[in-house]
Amino acid sequence: MMGMDRRKFLKLAGLSTLFGLGGKAAFDLLAPGELEAALENVPLTEGKKWGMVVDMSKMDEKLMNKCIKACHHIHNVPDIGNPKEEIKWIWKEDYDHSFPGQQHEYIAEGIKEHNFLLLCNHCTNPPCCRACPTKATWKRESDGVVMMDQHRCIGCRFCMAACPYGVRNFNWGDPRKAPKALNPNFPTNPEYPTRTKGVVEKCNFCSERLAKGTLPACVEAAGKETKNAMAFGDLADRNSEVRELLRAHYTIRRKPELGTGPNVYYIV
Amino acid sequence: MYDRGKILTLLIVGIGLLLFPVFYTAGKAAKAPVPELSAKAKEAKECIEPASLMRTQHMKILDAWRSEAVRENDRLYRSSTGKTYDKSLQNTCMSCHSNKSQFCDQCHNYVGANPFCWDCHLAPKENQ
Repeated sequence: MMGMDRRKFLKLAGLSTLFGLGGKAAFDLLAPGELEAALENVPLTEGKKWGMVVDMSKMDEKLMNKCIKACHHIHNVPDIGNPKEEIKWIWKEDYDHSFPGQQHEYIAEGIKEHNFLLLCNHCTNPPCCRACPTKATWKRESDGVVMMDQHRCIGCRFCMAACPYGVRNFNWGDPRKAPKALNPNFPTNPEYPTRTKGVVEKCNFCSERLAKGTLPACVEAAGKETKNAMAFGDLADRNSEVRELLRAHYTIRRKPELGTGPNVYYIV
Repeated sequence: MYDRGKILTLLIVGIGLLLFPVFYTAGKAAKAPVPELSAKAKEAKECIEPASLMRTQHMKILDAWRSEAVRENDRLYRSSTGKTYDKSLQNTCMSCHSNKSQFCDQCHNYVGANPFCWDCHLAPKENQ
């Protein structure tokens, strides 16, 4: 017989409620701040931490276009022609939209008209990876690249809603059916796959090139024209080129106040 | 039983119709296609693993490869023959087996397998 009278039940319910309410408070009392710290530091990057520095004083429209072209050519990124269905891994944007909240009417002239070169920030604390229900996008622990696994993407677009930088794009149609007039030789790189209808894509920090020990395509393309316009390296290594640049110059990042920890820095 | 004659006749006709496709195609099984090797594959003589293993396990190897290469960044395959290969369908497999329609599609069509590899991965251009 499951004998529990009304009085006993109420007592038990009251006690459990008290315990439940006291849970977090008890945690704070015994180990202040530890819960928050544990939540904030998921996911950590072990070892390497790839980062990028873009020197905007050395960047002009022509050079930026070259970087974009190199990236999109290598990764078979099509030009859809319709801005609503646009696919881009790296693109240009004006200061106001790149660094919202930091613009004002008396901003330096060179900056106001200057476009910035934007790409995935490969955040230290990427909100997109938390949103993904299938782990199709995740923070690679060995080097900090925010990876995409197209085999797993179900096209729910939660990551697109979560990303505050707009780096993610949805394939509304088959990229191979992109307008032929805009993409005469598509797919442009026979050694890299295209994507398919219904998946999200973005910059992968050239993980396929990093695996072979080559620099990202945009950095390589920029380096061919202007020395040190873009730098790529290990932020965890004190002596790396990127750390040298960060020591020597004042740099800004996109929306750092959100706490995502973007790893692309801009010298202005 | 009422209408015994009608019921039995129609029953026999019905069963006959049902079994018609079985008897009609009896002994005429479509021949299993034999995958054709490209000149380069013939010359290489061996695949990454023995042919018998590849015949039965290639889908499992590819499935393991895609996880290991993309998710674990483990991009080199050590075969039982002691050689090292890049874990890549598009760049390793298809560089030898460049005749996708003869090598892959024939059998896949025969057994009704419809792998979605090619939605994204590019098949080599075939000259025909």
